[in-house]
Amino acid sequence: MKLFPIMGGIHPEYRKELTSEKAIVALPLPEALYLPLQQHMGAPAGTTVEPGDLVKKGQLLARASGAISAAVHAPTSGRIEAITEITAPHPSGLPTLTIILVPDGKDEWAELPDAIADPFAVTPQVIRDRVAQSGIVGMGGATFPSAVKLGLGTSHKLEILLLNGAECEPYLTCDDRIMREHADAVVDGARIMAHALGAPKVIIAVETNKPQAIEALGKAAAAFDNVSVAPVPVQYPMGAERHLTQAITGRETPARKLTADVGVVVHNVATARAVHDAVRQGRPLLSRVVTVSGGAVAEPKNVEVLLGTKVTELLKFCGGAQGAKRFVSGGPMMGQPLPSLDVPVVKGTSGILGLTLAETKEAEPSPCIRCGSCVTYCPCGLVPVEMASFIRHEKLEEAAKIGVQDCVSCGSCSYICPSHIPLVHYFNYAKGRIAALDRERRKMEQTKALVEAHNARLERQAQAKREAAAKAKAAKEAAEAAAQAQSSTQGGASA
Amino acid sequence: MLLDVGSLAVMGVTLGAMLGTAAKLLAVPVNPIEEELQALLPGSQCGQCGFVGCSQYAAALAKGGTPITLCAPGGKGTIEALAKRLGVSADTDGHEEKGPEVAFINEDLCIGCLRCIGECGSDAIVGAPKQLHTVISDACHACGKCFKICPTEAIVMKPIAPTIAGWHWSKPGDTHATH
Repeated sequence: MKLFPIMGGIHPEYRKELTSEKAIVALPLPEALYLPLQQHMGAPAGTTVEPGDLVKKGQLLARASGAISAAVHAPTSGRIEAITEITAPHPSGLPTLTIILVPDGKDEWAELPDAIADPFAVTPQVIRDRVAQSGIVGMGGATFPSAVKLGLGTSHKLEILLLNGAECEPYLTCDDRIMREHADAVVDGARIMAHALGAPKVIIAVETNKPQAIEALGKAAAAFDNVSVAPVPVQYPMGAERHLTQAITGRETPARKLTADVGVVVHNVATARAVHDAVRQGRPLLSRVVTVSGGAVAEPKNVEVLLGTKVTELLKFCGGAQGAKRFVSGGPMMGQPLPSLDVPVVKGTSGILGLTLAETKEAEPSPCIRCGSCVTYCPCGLVPVEMASFIRHEKLEEAAKIGVQDCVSCGSCSYICPSHIPLVHYFNYAKGRIAALDRERRKMEQTKALVEAHNARLERQAQAKREAAAKAKAAKEAAEAAAQAQSSTQGGASA
Repeated sequence: MLLDVGSLAVMGVTLGAMLGTAAKLLAVPVNPIEEELQALLPGSQCGQCGFVGCSQYAAALAKGGTPITLCAPGGKGTIEALAKRLGVSADTDGHEEKGPEVAFINEDLCIGCLRCIGECGSDAIVGAPKQLHTVISDACHACGKCFKICPTEAIVMKPIAPTIAGWHWSKPGDTHATH
């Protein structure tokens, strides 16, 4: 297959060999599961259970609320202990509303929706409904509700479902293992998703550093004409949606548009597996594969973890992580630092890394030497050095004008900077601050509209009062005039 | 020579007269910057800045010499917008950012007197005579007028707790987190 080059990008040390040959193992049932109502982009789910309820495996605990949201299910049978706030697996360390489930150890299944025998004979809507009902979100880490993304076929003309098996983040091997061990499920899930999208073609893109995965997928896809496997070069951030689209099709996605606008929808391989389970077996999303790795972790592993398992349990299972300088959720490039280890694994947790001091590559930033490396390596064609200098002086509008909102936060610039300037940190700050200012501005506009409506109403009331008073006055005057006229005629008659 | 001087002089006089009348006829009555500044303010006439309302504050700002940090409901965003329009540096050091707030009615103390409803400029309070009142927090912009007028001190201004959705990374080098 002809490939197209992508600009910039880096070649970090991948260190995937720590876990790439470790087959997926299941974690023993933990003592309690902590299921946040918000494990996805969009609105938090709304609970359908009360503390004290007995639930079975696969039972709905919280349903999607609003257009962009995702349901949460019980990963095992047990009792709802509480619905309370706990620390979120988010760098802010802010609390999030969470359902606490204490397993009863029986692992009894609830009644699941029927398997869809022939998913290609039903309408795309049926598939989308099933995916929504199963609480599936983008498992690559973005956690966008998959059913919503599968609906893009209704608004866009799509040609290709691009299945993302690039896994360009160092350390992570969870997608690699899924592709090797569950290639048939991945290919089947991809075909079902393509049907839901109305996309005639499926291309599974895998970086060439995963030859076994490419081979396994090739075998699984051989029976289907419209499914092909595309080995792509090892180059970070190949797995970014826009970059993968460009590498495969040569089409560049315009700024602030979707890849669907150029006829391509990108889904992760783990999402395809989840869709397969939901459609073929009626199973909602209850667990995910997490790569536990990093220099500080005693026994790095790929673990199939029930959602809601505490990170502490997971690390204990992997022999602990003594001497870790930093714990990261996700990959080392785009992952987020964990505020504490007392947080649950959620739908978007692709990895838990315990990194040693040497691995964190921490250093005091020194002044910029204008080497231009960040410009050369930026895969989005931006000028990080200039954006950062605007942001340092709080000139966010100028930074936005030269494209800070088009930055995908891949971190290539920070990685390559010889002065250790935290470039991507500046951009994350700027993007967040611009969004916050935008929210403030919208709130102000709303207040203004309310105040204007309020004043207009008062004015209308005053006007109505004036009119009523004028009317009453006119009526009174008319009555008085009439009375006077009558009395004068009477007077005339009497005279 | 005489013709040249004469024609130029005539042109000068007529054009000058035209410009003079145009300046009189098309004169802009108010300071345009006043209106622009007023558009940047919330417009709820809460008076927390110390002026009667938003237009008076805008007028004072246009004249100069008034700090741009007086608008409490507008917050930091308004200060920055004003600073940008006026071309002054946003000196927010002396200004203590209170953070977002919302009015809250303590149901045990509310006597249903309707006074807060009369004060609220953005219709954020609902209630009826001798009935419990409540604040629609989405519509409240924390001007604090209801808080001041409540005879039973049933209204408090509560800080809005930071949420994950509203959180973002602080600027590198800033030690305190921004929410």
